[in-house]
Amino acid sequence: MGTMSEEILSRKLGREVRAGEIVIVPVDYVMAHDQTSPLAIESFRKLGKPLFDPQRTIIVFDHIIPAATVQAATLQRGIRNWMAEEQVGNFLQEGICHQVLVERGFVIPGAVIVGADSHSCTYGALGAFGTGMGSTDIAVALATGKTWLRVPETVRFELTGQMGPHVYAKDLALAMCGAIGVDGANYQAVEYGGSAVRAMNISERMTLANMAIEMGGKTGLCEPDDVVDEYLDGRARTPYERVLPRDPQYSRVIEIDASSLEPMVAMPPDPEHLAPANELGDVAIDQVFVGTCTNGRLDDLEIAASVLRGRTISPNTRMVVTPASRQVLLQAMERGYIQTLIEAGATVTNPGCGPCIGRHQGVLAAGERAITTQNRNFPGRMGDPTAEIYLASPATAAASAITGYITDPRRLS
Amino acid sequence: MGRIWKAGDNISTDEIIPGRYNVTTDRAQLAQAAFIEYRPDYAPGVRPGDLVVAGRNFGMGSSREHAPIALQASGIQAIIARSFARIFYRNAINIGLPILVCDTLHAAVEDGDSMELDLTTGRIDLPDGRIFQVEPLPEFVLKIVQAGGIIPFVQAGNL
Repeated sequence: MGTMSEEILSRKLGREVRAGEIVIVPVDYVMAHDQTSPLAIESFRKLGKPLFDPQRTIIVFDHIIPAATVQAATLQRGIRNWMAEEQVGNFLQEGICHQVLVERGFVIPGAVIVGADSHSCTYGALGAFGTGMGSTDIAVALATGKTWLRVPETVRFELTGQMGPHVYAKDLALAMCGAIGVDGANYQAVEYGGSAVRAMNISERMTLANMAIEMGGKTGLCEPDDVVDEYLDGRARTPYERVLPRDPQYSRVIEIDASSLEPMVAMPPDPEHLAPANELGDVAIDQVFVGTCTNGRLDDLEIAASVLRGRTISPNTRMVVTPASRQVLLQAMERGYIQTLIEAGATVTNPGCGPCIGRHQGVLAAGERAITTQNRNFPGRMGDPTAEIYLASPATAAASAITGYITDPRRLS
Repeated sequence: MGRIWKAGDNISTDEIIPGRYNVTTDRAQLAQAAFIEYRPDYAPGVRPGDLVVAGRNFGMGSSREHAPIALQASGIQAIIARSFARIFYRNAINIGLPILVCDTLHAAVEDGDSMELDLTTGRIDLPDGRIFQVEPLPEFVLKIVQAGGIIPFVQAGNL
């Protein structure tokens, strides 16, 4: 009996656990990437133990790949050497860690996955308890196969109705941040239910779950259903069972009618400051970015391409598109989206995190303004601390690229 | 006595140390980049034993451990906030950086004020005689802190 988090952790432990209890839980996979592995390796070496299981260890290069500086290259060489020493079983350099873990079938309902990246909550889209941790926590999990957790209380969103034209999962994710604030689910799990979620594909559910941490959430869970089973058919690495809430007690239930939603934009300095795109007035944009673990998947590129088809971006702005993974890039090429985006004037980069974290591929100058499909707009994230970052859906981002200022995509159609 | 460096609500890990300064594990270099854009006077001015007193949800955002390491390596005794973001909280505990919750201190002190913190009792004394008490750490967390961080905690056979 309990919320999805309580049910998943109870199954893992073979006994009923309740919110508030501290548990030491076995993990299915441990993930770190090129930015967080170096510190994890330092802590791991201090522990002086071997990997608990090389086959359950996943290292992904995605943050600065290919290496943009000698410093980054040196850290990456160190990680490669360590992987060889420890015979790490899974090394992936084909896109953003969260996208690749899902595509490659590591993420299944009921799994517990810890990642040295705060957006590891994304795995909840498929009903896995994914949670982000720091490098030392990850080192402990690498060496012991276990982690300690406080079983979280749960904030439940009931997302009813259906979204209107040019309103997307991203607009809903932003609306939730606005509804409870950037610490509204701190130390808690988030669950997403209701007809709007049931109608979503895996990619859209990942957009929701990805932004659980933007409300402070430990994980963000959608209930596994036929959509998940279809996606995992032939992909899941191990058999699984659906784990669902049973007579759950939530700390808070918030209902949002998706049909009432408009295209939303989060304004600086964080994702809880929202406005409908059509109420923002003339906000000129220097750079548009479509990509990331939030919105860099095939349907996101399809949306951006459909807005840009036969149009060109404003000469007053620039646009960067970063597919979330190699698989996304290949499919987007096959379907002509990449051709459309490039013809419209976008720069398409290799798969990875792209300019989201301000290291390469589109850094912002002082006072510049960007609209992006990523999850965070904290000062300094994409470059100079005085640069302003606005968050939106791929449709709103693409519409803004055409006009050169923040634009409600409904105004173009 | 330590000097107080005040920080506001919802200070993100990007403000504690911007992502582009995370391309090293060198503690001294990370310390130099602590609060580099949020308050550039911090790294050159901070002295061993100083304290950061923050508002709500300190350390929100990224899981990067560079953030608490940068502050720890800058020499501060502790961070006292109205509340902390979850991952930052774990990271600080894991590396042995004292991280304490006190809801009322933030409004009662000014940047640059002095204070005395007794880490064993959680008592805070201000020079004018006012006394504050931090919230006790949860029992399990206290065990990690008493072990000196999660690495010695695990080495001692816990977990």
